[in-house]
Amino acid sequence: MRPVVIAGVGMIPFERRDEDSLVDMLAMAGLKAMDDANLGDRPVDAVYVGNMASGLFNHQVSVASALVDRLSLMPAAADRIENGPASGGSAVKNGFLAVASGYCDIVLVVGGEKMREVIGPKATDIVACMTHPNAEYIYGVTLPALAGMFTRLYMEKYGVTREHLTLVAIKNQENGLLNPYAHIQMKITMEGVLTHPQAHVNSPVVADPIHLYDCCPVSDGAAAVLLTTEDIANELKRPIVTIAGVGQATDTHTLQERSDPTDLKAVTIASQKAFSMSGIKPKDIDVAELHDAFTILEIAESEHAGFFPKGQGANALAAGETQIGGKLPINPSGGLKARGHPVGATGVAQIVELVWQLRGEAGKRQVKGAVNGFSLNFGGFGNNVIAFVLRSKS
Amino acid sequence: MDMELEAYLRPPEMPMVPYPPKVITLATSGKMIVRQVDRDAVPILLEAIKPTFEVARDYYDIVGVRLYAELLGWYRYRVRDEFCLVGQIDGLLVGIVNTRCYSPKLGMSLHTLAIERGLRIGAHLFAAKMEYSFEYLKQEEVLITAESPIGFRRWMIEYGLEKRDGQHELGGATPYALTRELYFRNKSRLVAGERPVPLELMQVAEREIIVASEEDILEKILGVKRREI
Repeated sequence: MRPVVIAGVGMIPFERRDEDSLVDMLAMAGLKAMDDANLGDRPVDAVYVGNMASGLFNHQVSVASALVDRLSLMPAAADRIENGPASGGSAVKNGFLAVASGYCDIVLVVGGEKMREVIGPKATDIVACMTHPNAEYIYGVTLPALAGMFTRLYMEKYGVTREHLTLVAIKNQENGLLNPYAHIQMKITMEGVLTHPQAHVNSPVVADPIHLYDCCPVSDGAAAVLLTTEDIANELKRPIVTIAGVGQATDTHTLQERSDPTDLKAVTIASQKAFSMSGIKPKDIDVAELHDAFTILEIAESEHAGFFPKGQGANALAAGETQIGGKLPINPSGGLKARGHPVGATGVAQIVELVWQLRGEAGKRQVKGAVNGFSLNFGGFGNNVIAFVLRSKS
Repeated sequence: MDMELEAYLRPPEMPMVPYPPKVITLATSGKMIVRQVDRDAVPILLEAIKPTFEVARDYYDIVGVRLYAELLGWYRYRVRDEFCLVGQIDGLLVGIVNTRCYSPKLGMSLHTLAIERGLRIGAHLFAAKMEYSFEYLKQEEVLITAESPIGFRRWMIEYGLEKRDGQHELGGATPYALTRELYFRNKSRLVAGERPVPLELMQVAEREIIVASEEDILEKILGVKRREI
């Protein structure tokens, strides 16, 4: 396989974007990535679109075909990649394989979702379509419900407390204030969402023990990366950030079938594969973007990806090790918690953030001297996970 | 002014016990004072409402112009038995709610306008006006309708309101009712606030109702600033 370079990145602010259609958003992000890469008139060989549920959210399918037309990229190949909340990561992986294999020289990968077209409960229901229809969905299981059960087990097994969960929310919302692309721009406090006697009114229970501020918002948004070869990237005169490692792994569809539901095996295996391919170890990572759709996931993923021993993620968080300026800053972008989680966009947006960090272009949230970055895109409830290791060669 | 004619045009007023102010600690730890205002405050409230007139998002335009008319009508003695509560953080006006007492037993919830968003300001203020209706005015029921999907979710769904026949005074969709039983069932979950308000906080709130600039109000409602990226 030949090296694959991320020559251009782009995204649009995640928020509620009533005025833009899904294809509008994909096109805006895609154009930004092509501009960032100095692509000019060079032809794009293929376009991969990460999107989970445009048919359900927006009554539109074949969005990759719509996008190449909107961007006048014909006759580029175009595919929509659907892999639940890991759709963005899967799209980047497929783009990577296309360039690495020599099948394509220039690939545009765009992830996007327009979720605010439906009301909140409907969005929750659409996302719940990824659960097992007969073993989970039929009993009313939603992703917040799975997260609630997972969180309870994790608390009992590893001593994670609601204070730890709230620390994730506080940290990531503070980071979001430094990110102009973040949906949530609000600093919250332990008092306001947890310790005040009436904090439960501000942050009501969603699925015990998780509360409102333990959950990511429902967002609209899109993000894009332009992948190419090292030679072309040099011709484009762009900083070289390579995809050094990719790993993907799956686990049982339902959470209940796992011998230990707190063991996120797919996270462990996908991360190990990505590290192995890259030759980089967890201790060498300078910045990580993890999939904190619920606060517990940041803690659990930080352990399963190999950054902290099992049961120690919460302590590292409490010690400030995962803050910007800490030993391993996690989610300087604000993560899903503050940047937002337009599901198909998330895996791509994580990589966009890492590229900005590795180029030194992350502004007020810049992690100083970052050279190696790690992202983890978590599909289903850990049943399909994709990890990336990125390296700056500039 | 022809005072004889004015006496015919000016509605009688039902006596209402005052609403005691309270302080709500928000998710940011900000302290929002919720207090009743009298007619004298209306001109400054109208200034805060004006920027919403052309904001179609979440039906702010409809809520804004109707609230403006209701408060102006109250200010100039053309609306009967209306009360108005405001939310202030460090003196800054962050929300307005109003209700009209249709009778001593029946409240007619009119509007909820949140200027600051994302902190349940509207939900807290709506809860406060229901608190006033049930706990201080001792009403039996408040009729409620919603113009926006957010309102429908916050009131009809969160409180589990009961449908009613007939029409709400605002002439919108099917009216719903919050009954005393429903209010007290939901109170611990949805109604926040502490009394008495510390003197220094109350003094700041009463000294001046600060209204954000038109640009700031629009930015708070629309979140447009970041579109320039």
